Amino acid sequence: MDKARYKNIWVYIETQGGKAKNVGLELLGPGRRLAHNMGEKLAAVVIGDGVEEAAQAAAAYGADEVILVEGKEYGYYNSESYAHAMCRLIKKYKPSTVLIGATNNGRDLGPRIACRISTGLTADCTGLDIDTDSGNVAWTRPAFGGNLMATILCPDTRPQMGTVRPGVFKKGSPDKSSKAKIIRESVHTPVRSSRIKLLEVIHETAGEPVKLEDAEIIVSGGRGLGKPENFSLIKELAEVLGGAVGASRAAVDAGWIPHAYQVGQTGKTVGPKLYIACGISGAIQHRAGMSGSDIIVAINKDADAPIFDVADYGVVGDLFEVLPVLISEIRSIKHKD
Amino acid sequence: MKILVCVKQVPDTTEIRIDPVTNTLIRAGVPSILNPFDGFALEVAARIKDQNPGTVITVISMGPEQAKEALRSCLAAGADKAYLITDRAFSGSDTLATSYILSRAIKAVEKETGPFDIIFCGKQAIDGDTAQVGPEIAEHLGYPQVTYAAEVSVEEGVAKVKRETEDGYEILAVQTPAVITVTKTPFELRYPSLRCKMASIRAIIPSLTSADLDIDLNRVGLKGSPTKVKKTFTPQVKKRGVRIKEDTGADSARKLAALLNEAKLI
Repeated sequence: MDKARYKNIWVYIETQGGKAKNVGLELLGPGRRLAHNMGEKLAAVVIGDGVEEAAQAAAAYGADEVILVEGKEYGYYNSESYAHAMCRLIKKYKPSTVLIGATNNGRDLGPRIACRISTGLTADCTGLDIDTDSGNVAWTRPAFGGNLMATILCPDTRPQMGTVRPGVFKKGSPDKSSKAKIIRESVHTPVRSSRIKLLEVIHETAGEPVKLEDAEIIVSGGRGLGKPENFSLIKELAEVLGGAVGASRAAVDAGWIPHAYQVGQTGKTVGPKLYIACGISGAIQHRAGMSGSDIIVAINKDADAPIFDVADYGVVGDLFEVLPVLISEIRSIKHKD
Repeated sequence: MKILVCVKQVPDTTEIRIDPVTNTLIRAGVPSILNPFDGFALEVAARIKDQNPGTVITVISMGPEQAKEALRSCLAAGADKAYLITDRAFSGSDTLATSYILSRAIKAVEKETGPFDIIFCGKQAIDGDTAQVGPEIAEHLGYPQVTYAAEVSVEEGVAKVKRETEDGYEILAVQTPAVITVTKTPFELRYPSLRCKMASIRAIIPSLTSADLDIDLNRVGLKGSPTKVKKTFTPQVKKRGVRIKEDTGADSARKLAALLNEAKLI
């Protein structure tokens, strides 16, 4: 393979309801850094139906150019049509590097593309650098349930690809005056050829004012809550703070709250400014999903709970004594402002 | 109906500890288990079999001889046939090479079992955590895929899948043959019946090597893997922050609120 023919860093911009999801915009930050160091351009790729707004957002968040594919067959994510479109674009433009957000859909799409193109894909990365010896992208990711980190290279094939964990990189500031070129590509996938049909979409967090992955403050509850009704305490604190509600796997497994609220290895990865863990012991699988938060508060009865290893403020105490007072204290502080 | 479940034997990562002196993984004494997501996948298959008598469930695993233990536990829980895919040449394979080997192994096993309608995998293995092998098997075979499945039912060649999303679920219909990767389900893998348990102990599990597969050896092992591990290291643990433990929970709460306010976090 003539690697020199492959140039430019691509960031795949996942969309939802016509808008860019945060993770794609986040990745434009490290994408810019890679592009700068490699002397290449940064391009965003947007696929969907009526996703002009997402393309504009990608431009505002720093892409040099945006490749836009629109069509009825892309109205909702489908591994067949999306992989078809991405592979066609990669074959035409030959990017050196492709970054994809490690969401459920991103991790569904990435391997389908990498396999079709016969290239390497590194999963769920939390670090992106350049390997100074070889000039390849150095993809760093957790393995063994977060107990071990590995740095992976893709030295011989192009594009080098990776899915990157949401919430690891912070979104930059938009520049509305961006002059990035939007290139419209017409790639069609016959709808009839898709062997997968979407029958129904079930939103479990539809009533929430703040989405977990977009929240600046998250209050999470775990096994220490004891029963589902006690989530009202978590909800109340989240409301006072204007934040979102999260949960540990133990609380989800117990059926106290739907899976869409789960933070951790098998749930969402979050990176808010403030994360308050209440009655969560902090198994490594949970920490994997929230240790990127700026400030972590832990409230737990057990002074030896591993959550305290990552906490900036660790309250050793009974959450049923702590939370009601904390809620009223914060309320009065906010009232004064 | 014919169902295949791809399984992996993994170290129980919840039992792994870091040596505080050498800062490396302590792997000695860590039990090997059936990857939990593969157990959920097998249970989903077993439930389809409950609904569709006559269904045959085959399991395969790529790994060393020792991985037959994981295959035996699958036989005990209701799988009908098992094959081990094993060859020195396969070691060091990344996800692309592994999925290629498994796709060739599936073709070889199908010569004995007949073609599979559904190929199940766990959504990811808890050691590698890549979640890439399932979709890459699907691509190698040219089959459609559905990942993160929580429930699956099959009717007239179409699998109806409840798939986990960030906001909840979506219901998809996928034409078989298809690859479906299974997330954590509300139910656990069933306990073996005594009869199955006894049969699994006696079962002869055939091993297939590269010689039994129609396979390009340039595409397997380290040589056939586009990704290379440059280095591994243990993650840095954050320094211990401020501890708050006043006489009462209420006092601790007041102190926390004051500290958060001071730091302009609320």
